[in-house]
Amino acid sequence: MDVNQYLEIFLDETKEHLENLNAQILKLEQEPEDVDTINEIFRAAHSLKGMAGTMGYKRMQALTHDMENVFSEIRNGTMKVNSNLIDTLFQCLDALEEYNNNIQETADEGTNDNQQLIAQLNEYLKSAGKQQEAAVKENAPTAEAGENAAEKWKEIKLGESERSVLTAARQKGKNVYGLTVYVQESCLLKAARAFLVYKAVEEKAEIMVSNPPAQDIEDEKFDLDFSLIVISDYSLDEILQAAKNVSEIEKVTGAVYEFEEVTATESSVAVQPGETKVEAAESVKNQNTAVKANDKKASGKPVVNRTVRVDIEKLDVLMNLVSELIIAKNSLVSASNAEGVVNAGVNEQIEYLESVTTNLHESVMKVRMVPIESVVSKFPRMIRDLSKKLDKKMELYMSGEETELDRTVVDEIGDPLMHLLRNAADHGLESAELRAQRGKPEVGSIFLDAYQDGNNVVIEVRDDGSGIDVENVKNKAIERGVITPEQGESMSEKDIINLLFHAGFSTAKKISDVSGRGVGLDVVKSKIESLSGEVEVKSVLGEGSTWIIRLPLTLAIIQALMVTVGGEKYAISLGSIQTIEDIRPDEIKFVQNREVINLRGSVIPIIRLSNELDIESSKTPEDNLVVVIVKKGEKLAGLVVDELVGQQEIVIKSLGKYISKCKIISGATILGDGEVALILDANALI
Amino acid sequence: MDELKVSEVKLPGEKGESETFQYIVIKLGSEQYGIDIRYVDNIVRMQHITRVPKVANYLRGVINLRGEVIPVMSLRVKMDLPDDEVTKATRIIILKLEQHGTIGVIVDEVKEVVTLSTEEIEKITYDVKEDRSSFLSGVGKHNDELISILDLNVVAMEK
Repeated sequence: MDVNQYLEIFLDETKEHLENLNAQILKLEQEPEDVDTINEIFRAAHSLKGMAGTMGYKRMQALTHDMENVFSEIRNGTMKVNSNLIDTLFQCLDALEEYNNNIQETADEGTNDNQQLIAQLNEYLKSAGKQQEAAVKENAPTAEAGENAAEKWKEIKLGESERSVLTAARQKGKNVYGLTVYVQESCLLKAARAFLVYKAVEEKAEIMVSNPPAQDIEDEKFDLDFSLIVISDYSLDEILQAAKNVSEIEKVTGAVYEFEEVTATESSVAVQPGETKVEAAESVKNQNTAVKANDKKASGKPVVNRTVRVDIEKLDVLMNLVSELIIAKNSLVSASNAEGVVNAGVNEQIEYLESVTTNLHESVMKVRMVPIESVVSKFPRMIRDLSKKLDKKMELYMSGEETELDRTVVDEIGDPLMHLLRNAADHGLESAELRAQRGKPEVGSIFLDAYQDGNNVVIEVRDDGSGIDVENVKNKAIERGVITPEQGESMSEKDIINLLFHAGFSTAKKISDVSGRGVGLDVVKSKIESLSGEVEVKSVLGEGSTWIIRLPLTLAIIQALMVTVGGEKYAISLGSIQTIEDIRPDEIKFVQNREVINLRGSVIPIIRLSNELDIESSKTPEDNLVVVIVKKGEKLAGLVVDELVGQQEIVIKSLGKYISKCKIISGATILGDGEVALILDANALI
Repeated sequence: MDELKVSEVKLPGEKGESETFQYIVIKLGSEQYGIDIRYVDNIVRMQHITRVPKVANYLRGVINLRGEVIPVMSLRVKMDLPDDEVTKATRIIILKLEQHGTIGVIVDEVKEVVTLSTEEIEKITYDVKEDRSSFLSGVGKHNDELISILDLNVVAMEK
């Protein structure tokens, strides 16, 4: 079978399953007895095995198979979960991930058999005294699983109405049977086989209840078995035989179905219209719970959402087209203004076009947004590993995993966050003794909080460790020649802390493989800046530090205020603008040689853009100043511009790496008349 | 559009005895320079250039080329010649370089396309004293005129 076309789906789903397994095994360690978790793990491992087998990845299949055996023992309660076992399981997941990566790169799983891991797993199985069973399972895992709960039809719950129908049938002398059909594990078209069984059974009997419901079976939303309750004139054997005649059916079990007969009074009551509603509702409820139970049972396949997997490049193309459309729309707007078109109809249509393009842009943007969960879900596992490696007790608390960001940003943000978490674990948190001395709880806490703040998404990495020792940083910086001692004297605490982001700077006393190789924070900073974001750090010595990452919601299109400075047009992101003020020249005061204004009680420094941009202002000193108040985090600043032009939706274009030196310009945009205007980065100005 | 599309020009000499390359001959002041046609994406008329503050003086700013923002530099300033005088003949040559991406260079005039074989190009000895010579990869002779071949990667390199 040509499976290449499924390769991408396989890779994606494998990744999902692995993430899921990581999270669930972590949970299992905390709650070894939790049945739901174990079932979930089992399902994920089982699907992984099935998928790997279908795709012909034998080694991957072998490893997952043995993992599945272990999970099965845990599920049966014959094996206890301990820390060593969890470690081995995590190693297995790493090995699987390696397979997956190999497959992604070369479409081949590689040659690593991971014999050692498999041996370890079998060791656990042996020690659980289940060696033989494991061997049996080696040959026929489904059969074994089948015997455990062979007669699944007994689990079917009946609603009132179904019971009354069955009662009636039995009273008429018909037989009521329960059946459970097991499909072979190797079967590729489960739904088709199930359909054939359905058809075969229907020739001899009337199917009353099906678990899972027929629709789900058709959609292949079942594991390897399904159960039926049928009414028939034929004998049980005949029906069983009919079902068994379908190929790729492992086995069929069945017996006469025993149920509580509905008494006459009950059924007569049931006929009354008032009651039927309640009943119907009840039966629906029953059905729902049945469906739910089934969903849980039905393999690791996610409940089929009405979604489509789309290549991210196609979305990029779409986004580019939307950008082009907006530029074209802007041209149309400026053309209609320039020509002095007075036709109200044209303006109306342009306004309509404007709202359509804005909505279109928003929708495309939303399509591109994904929750950061996909990135952060691997961190609890990482912290657990670090905890062992560093021999420090620590706990990771996460919030806001559902916060959404542009897909491209989410893809890139993983590494920086990992760096920060590693840093917090390695440098931030103290050793247990030191924590005890300082009167802190033994277990260190690391927090990862994400939330949306206006047009930004903020991700905070916080620890309750020792905080940043400013003196230490300063001395290290001088020692490494990053700054001179004189510079060190005059620097503020904040500036010194920012030295941590300097390339080749690491204050770790000993170099570990966790962090402290001198790469890290500068990489974090440049990565985040390349995403048009920024990172800052706050720290209180002895109490901990907080790393704050601020990222724009979208990278491509923003609402901006157009201003002129010395005849040149500039755009300022509307997201960072607080207010716009008209200031008389005599309202400007000097504080520490800097120009400030007093705005409703708060003192705000003002920045003359004409100075920053090396251009002559077109205004005279006597003129009133137009001040755009911008905000960066808590800080405010006033940008003095010559004139306001208006608000406009702009498409951000990169200036290219050739002109990346200019910090205060974050990009360029093409205006309606085809000219290029630069976008001011208010954050860099403050 | 008044753009002269040249990138589709076929390169001769692919099955040649000695290799030949095509060069676009441009003028800067009184001198002629050759630009390897394989790196030329486009030649456009002088247009409004949006100044970018706080960048090297030879970087004139950015222009809009069919929806893309392209940096433009002055070859004259980069080579320490007197500043550009914009005339009707002034053109911006859009270069596509592997290392530096797309970049425009302002030239006084675009004259012609010439074909030079490798034999017609003499490697020049690198003269440390004269800074300008470091921008050249050789000197070609065509119809008794000298054409200095520009080393585009050096030209585009940041100072």
